[in-house]
Amino acid sequence: MFDIFLLEAVINGVLLGGVLALLALGLNLVFGVIDVVWICYAELVMVGMYTIWWLFVHYGLPLPVAIAAAIALVSACGVALHQLVIRPVLGTPPINQLLVTGGVLFFLQAAATLAFGVEFRNLGLRMPIVEFGEMFFSFARILAFGTALAGVLALWLFLTRTYLGTAIRAISQDREIMPLMGVNPRKIYLTTSAIGGGMAGVAASLLALQYDVHPAIGLSFGPITFMICVLGGLGNMAGGFIAAFVFAQFISVGGFYLQIEWGYVLAFAFFIVMMFIRPQGLFSR
Amino acid sequence: MSQARALPLVPVIGVAALASVPWTGIGNYHLHLLINILIWGFIYTSWSVMGRFGMVSLGHGAFLGVGAYVTTLLWNTTGLTPWFGIPVALLVAVVLALVIGYPCFRFRIVGHYFALVTLALGEVVRLTIVALRQHTGGSLGMTVEGVPGGTSLYALQFGERETFFYLALLVWLGGLWIWRVVDRSMLRYALEAAFDDEDAAASIGVNVTRAKLAISTLSAAMTAFGGALYAQYQLYINPETVSGIGISLQIVFAVIAGGMYVQLGPTVGAVITLLLAESLRVMVGHDVHGLDGTIYGLLLVLFIIYMPQGIGGFAVAAWKRWRAGGPPQPAPRSAPAR
Repeated sequence: MFDIFLLEAVINGVLLGGVLALLALGLNLVFGVIDVVWICYAELVMVGMYTIWWLFVHYGLPLPVAIAAAIALVSACGVALHQLVIRPVLGTPPINQLLVTGGVLFFLQAAATLAFGVEFRNLGLRMPIVEFGEMFFSFARILAFGTALAGVLALWLFLTRTYLGTAIRAISQDREIMPLMGVNPRKIYLTTSAIGGGMAGVAASLLALQYDVHPAIGLSFGPITFMICVLGGLGNMAGGFIAAFVFAQFISVGGFYLQIEWGYVLAFAFFIVMMFIRPQGLFSR
Repeated sequence: MSQARALPLVPVIGVAALASVPWTGIGNYHLHLLINILIWGFIYTSWSVMGRFGMVSLGHGAFLGVGAYVTTLLWNTTGLTPWFGIPVALLVAVVLALVIGYPCFRFRIVGHYFALVTLALGEVVRLTIVALRQHTGGSLGMTVEGVPGGTSLYALQFGERETFFYLALLVWLGGLWIWRVVDRSMLRYALEAAFDDEDAAASIGVNVTRAKLAISTLSAAMTAFGGALYAQYQLYINPETVSGIGISLQIVFAVIAGGMYVQLGPTVGAVITLLLAESLRVMVGHDVHGLDGTIYGLLLVLFIIYMPQGIGGFAVAAWKRWRAGGPPQPAPRSAPAR
């Protein structure tokens, strides 16, 4: 039997997949190139969301300006994170690199509490609801979906069509050889961190349109973002993109039949099972 | 040397000093802090039992949550005494550890992949608790049904802080004892070999999967026990405080700050984190939220960069340097032989 509400859930899942794919994109890039998992990635997104809220609500700046400022700031945060935190531990065991960004997670989360309190903040925008047939979709999600597609395309063009992009891909393939070929890895790492941070900023601007921002928001988006990256094969952007849609369907359709939490439980359980079947990720090269 | 002969007495004196604390008339508040340090010191020790072998679990909140919720649910709904409820909870935690651990170790999921699988496990347990809100109260948490008078051995509830203090002290000492048993066992050498090189360890006859399963089920059971103890003490549990990514990371980082390779390291971590939070709260008051976390986060980053062995490890290394030439021991506090 055709169920229009199920179809609505599926399409909403596709739209949610766009948001998740965008979230995973920057993290995946950073992992693929620098070989470090930014556990605090979702907290960088939170910094972006707070920046937009602060500039838009408090200073009354136009939304596009606030968004541009947020993207620039988060991008700078990415560079600072790499320079101050990642670089000193690059030579140490990988798990230390993961944990050190966990320290940054605590720091950012607590600093946000200190600066803005624990209240939920929103932009106070009324986003239109799009009606199609008898189904309803949030305009913010459609926007996020479109931006995610555009972001993936732009990143792909950058990585394949520019010199810098080629150098980034080359260094992710062979860390030892590229310095001998005249590529400065330090510069590449900084550029990657800046782009990864910028991606977090873009994700922040789209999330800010549909979710309230609060200090613990990173904890609700963080785990799912890592799972997507791992499921797609860490560093494999196309894989991460597809994995985001798989996850989103679990959450959306699972949430449709049961409760939203069960959707997440199913998604995480699926992740654990997949790790056992294909530990290198679904779409590993 | 008299100094060397006096050394084995240090832990005995230390424990005696701790045991006499309730008689010194320190107020309820300080006793409460001390009980918290002991409970969390035990939980952190439980994590480090397996964490020190490179098996960094970011999902120990799962076992903590199972311990707290299974015990409390059995007590609240069926009236089953924690004396039986806790063993059931430990069993559930062990089964959970086996179900997740076996494929993990069989398929050699290590490093950050292992960390992320365990992270997912912690989230699964937290979300399950939230989703079962008819029974668990969801995000609002649940209260452990109190007994009239507040004290009952049957319900394992103790209204007087002193009694609970001795219980926590006993459990904490038990945790240290298990740590020491593992430290002196063949299992330790097997796991260290497996951490350095799994193939090499397997080639000389170490059953890597079984060794890892043994240590992770032990750690899971201990953590679940800690969770149950926490529930019995606080009489209120909440998915955020006993499960999920937040608490899991808190466990890992307290151990790192304290030092995971020395016996008292995790306890030092518990002392630091609680004292930092409490002293800042007293200094700046209730209104400023997040200051302790901000400083704590900064400290963690600095620790991992400059002092990866933690405060405990640093102290031990300094002590060893000072006694240059002394026998290389995992921990300088040689407890009297059992």
